[in-house]
This record gives sequence, structure tokens and C-alpha cells, in this order.
Amino acid sequence: MKNSKGSFWAGVRAELPLLIGVVPFGMIYGVLALSAGLAPAPAQLMSSIVFAGSAQFITAQLVRDAVPGLVIVLTIAVVNLRHMLYSASVAPYVRTLPMRWKVMLSYLLTDEAYAVTILNYEKGDNPSGHWFFLGAGLTLWTSWQISTAVGILLGATLPTSWPLDFALPITFIALIMPALKDRPAIAASFSAGVVALLAYGLPYKLGLMLAGVIGIVVGTVLEERTSPGETL
Amino acid sequence: MNIWLIFLLGGLLTFGMRFVFIYLLGRFEIPETMRRALRFVPPAVLTAIVVPELLIQSGQIDVSWMNFRLMAGVVAVLVAWRTKNTLLTILGGMAGLLLLEFIF
Repeated sequence: MKNSKGSFWAGVRAELPLLIGVVPFGMIYGVLALSAGLAPAPAQLMSSIVFAGSAQFITAQLVRDAVPGLVIVLTIAVVNLRHMLYSASVAPYVRTLPMRWKVMLSYLLTDEAYAVTILNYEKGDNPSGHWFFLGAGLTLWTSWQISTAVGILLGATLPTSWPLDFALPITFIALIMPALKDRPAIAASFSAGVVALLAYGLPYKLGLMLAGVIGIVVGTVLEERTSPGETL
Repeated sequence: MNIWLIFLLGGLLTFGMRFVFIYLLGRFEIPETMRRALRFVPPAVLTAIVVPELLIQSGQIDVSWMNFRLMAGVVAVLVAWRTKNTLLTILGGMAGLLLLEFIF
């Protein structure tokens, strides 16, 4: 118990440097959600209901394109699959916590909170490590909500003639490029792009799901064939 | 589907994926193949969204200099590749598009 407060603030401090990337991202989300046609209230509340950066950007884009709801929900699920990895990774450290802690920490388990929390656990901060987790998670949550609100306020003042909707695909390009580290990843991206074009005419935007799945399969199969660790 | 229902289902699924292994107390391991496949989710899904957005204009595939969104996309790819900076990439791509629309 004596370490809980110190651990909480250590989590807050560890999260702060990551906010340099998160705050502009949250503001851009707020601006783009409005330009995609979302009203301010849904745009703001998506940041706490879904609370997952890239899934929120994609949702805004798909809502703008009038994609059927079920396809949007499925896409959110696919994009957020990686959180299962984080869940499995922190599970041993939070095993003995009460259920309310498990629920709360799960809700706060984003990329950025996970990144600093798992490092802290691996350093051996276990008796009070959940306070660190909470500090990091709440810091990220709070700054995400505030930066979304700032983006929404900003978006309402920008001229509607600006092609702001284009910032969405551009943002995705910024997210794709660092992931193209080796041949399987490049092949996954390339095949997904080709299939997305070929299957563009499919109803309900199913081409998007098809292209995503084929890209993931191509990358995985290629990786199993090449010797481990081989890169470009 | 109602926008709130989309958020609710998307939020529940996201929470579920964050919660599932914490709830199962690590009794189940994620299969190795799935662990490997997850790395390809961002490049595959995001590319599947971006490529038609850049290449298909007014319902047609348009690979030409006059497809400003494609050209601005190329600018963004170059900026992302050289700088690895999200904000610079967005600003570069947007500046490219505004400039092209302003000139032509």
C-alpha cells in the first residue's frame, strides 16, 4: 500500500512523453470526425466509448462513405485485434486483482498505456504495478478526451471549402509506412491495395474486408516461408 | 445502423478484446500463427482503405497527373518515408493537395 501513490505518479510521468504524439493525433481526429459528417456529440463520445485511435479514424472515414454499420463494426474489431495480444501479455501481472480493477485496466489498455506499463512490470514493479498502469492509462485517457474536444472546437472554425476529408487517407499513409519493415509486410500492404481496387465494386464495401483479410493471409504465409529474421 | 449502435458494438468488441485474456487469467495462449498474423493487420487494412481513396475518382480508376489526390498521396508517402513523422506527413500531403488545387 505504501507504494501505490508513488507508483501511480510514476505511471503518469512515464506516459507524458508519449503525449507528444497522442495530442496532435486526438486533435486531428476531432477535426476529421466533424469533416466526415459526425455531429460534435458523437465525435466526442466515440473517444470514450471506442477509445482506440486508429479505429476511430477508420470509423469516421467509413461513416462518411455511408458504409453499412455491420461492416464498420467488423472493421473496428479487425483493427483492434492486437489488443488481445496486450491482454494476454499483462494478464499474469493482474491475475490477483479484484474484478473491478481488471475491468478498469482493460478499458484503459491502449497501445500507449500498454507500452509503458509492460516495461514497468518487466522491471519488477509488481505489488503496486497496477497503480502505475492506472496512472499511465488515466493520463492517456484524459489527454485523448481533451485533445478530441480541442479538435472538434477547431474543426468547427475551419472553412468548409478545405479538403479536410483528405487528411484521413493521409493519416493512414503515415501509419502504414513505419509498418512496412520487411518483405512480408510490404507484400501484405501491396496485395491488400490491389484486391481493394479489384473488389471495389462489391456491395456493402465488402471489398475492404476481403482486401484486408487477403493482405493479412499473404503476409503471414510469406513470413512462414522466409527464414526467420530475414529483412529487406 | 444507428451511429450510436455502431459505437456501442465497436466499443464493446474493443473492450472485450482488451479484457478477454485478463479475464481468462492467462489460462489460454494465443496461437502462434495468429500472433504472427496480427502484425499484418495495420498495413493490410489501412492500405485497403487508402488505395481506392487515392486511385478511384468519380467511380473510375484514375492514374494520371491530373488526379490530385493521388499526387498528394505520393507526396505523403515520400514525406512519411523520409521523416517517419505523422504530423509532417499529414501537413505535407495536405499542402500538396491544396497547392495542386490552387495552381490548376
